[in-house]
Amino acid sequence: MPRSRQSRIGRQPSQLRIKLIPPLTVVIGSMITALPIITDYPILPPMGLLVILAWRLIRPGYWAVWAGFPLGLIDDIFSGQPLGSAAFLWSLVFILLETLDRKAVRRDYWQDWLIASTAIIFVLIGGMLIVDFRSNVLRFDLLVPQILLSVLLYPFVARLIGAIDNWRVAA
Amino acid sequence: MGLLLLLISFIDPQGFSALRTIGAEAVAPISKSLSEIGGATGSAGDEIAAYFNAASKNAAMQRKLEQYRTEILEARALKQENERLKGLLKLDEEEPDSIAMARLISSTASSARRLATLGVGSNSGLEAGQPVRSPEGLVGRILETGPTTARVLLVSDGKNVTPVQRASDSLPAFATGRGDGTVDIQPINIGSNPFKTGDLMITSGSGGLYSPGIPVAVVIRKTESGAIGRVLANPAKVSHAIVQPIFQAETVRQIEKDSIEDVEQESGE
Repeated sequence: MPRSRQSRIGRQPSQLRIKLIPPLTVVIGSMITALPIITDYPILPPMGLLVILAWRLIRPGYWAVWAGFPLGLIDDIFSGQPLGSAAFLWSLVFILLETLDRKAVRRDYWQDWLIASTAIIFVLIGGMLIVDFRSNVLRFDLLVPQILLSVLLYPFVARLIGAIDNWRVAA
Repeated sequence: MGLLLLLISFIDPQGFSALRTIGAEAVAPISKSLSEIGGATGSAGDEIAAYFNAASKNAAMQRKLEQYRTEILEARALKQENERLKGLLKLDEEEPDSIAMARLISSTASSARRLATLGVGSNSGLEAGQPVRSPEGLVGRILETGPTTARVLLVSDGKNVTPVQRASDSLPAFATGRGDGTVDIQPINIGSNPFKTGDLMITSGSGGLYSPGIPVAVVIRKTESGAIGRVLANPAKVSHAIVQPIFQAETVRQIEKDSIEDVEQESGE
């Protein structure tokens, strides 16, 4: 039978889309600082981190262990942190997640959230200490609103990334 | 590898500024067009933060209100005193020329650093180090410039130290940012803690970066060794920022000119 109309079954989405969408969304997430939100308080959730964590937890197989480095570097360019801070912290998170993946057999939704929350708290506090270790070591209360907001926002980001992922692999 | 880069950026903080500038330049069109709309989003961060501690804030505000009443009276007294002293000195209100006036278009709201991006850059004559102020007070200083954007290190950044003095008796002190819209004020004279709530801190002009007399912060709380002050120019509410020339640059130029004139006079004789 000649293919009068293209069958949706067995059609492959373009490789470009499969390969490029995840890093692209992370970079767009990192660019959130371009929004004209001016505060004298760190309040905006680190969207780049949330997006990359969602991707990493949804698609563990997609990411190489070193992927946190280049994307963290791009995040540093926009976030205003000293260059290398997110590159270092995201790499660390990726290595930790990799070891975790080797140990755990399966995870559920709540565990994902817990892991993501821990990673967010780790990166935010780490980033603050990298900026200024001496005067910030006792002032974590400053980060509480940002951490709360990020942790609460994570499930929504994960949903969004899940939807993007469905579209990415769908023919 | 990331740690290595981090080390490099500590040893040579300016080394990567070109890269960051490119980033800021690349997103500047988005920020600029959005900030035209964005009057409403300006204080979004504040509003969210306020939501989290609404109850305690309400109580605190009640107390503050009482406090501010007395402050207003004090301010009136200060103003009168100021006018009287100015009359004595026959000083004119002398503002240094501004280089440029622009909007703050974005900030590092997701990081513990307190930087903001200004909508003008080196094309308008901006240079690193120039003070940025608003009608309310000092905003910060230029950290790095691109052709059409500039990064501003805000007064409240932990790495920003501003030489200040108390407006009433020019008691010298240093104001270090705390990263949350407040500054830590440390007097130069160790051993005494003369600050009291409501003291107005203005730039002292020492160090030569900021011209003297720009309001910086108001003391809100005493600490063991100094005081905590709230920055007067809240970057979230600053509609337009004015970039001023470096205070000392003029002085330095003046000194150079004088010495050249001296040499010329001497050779003439």
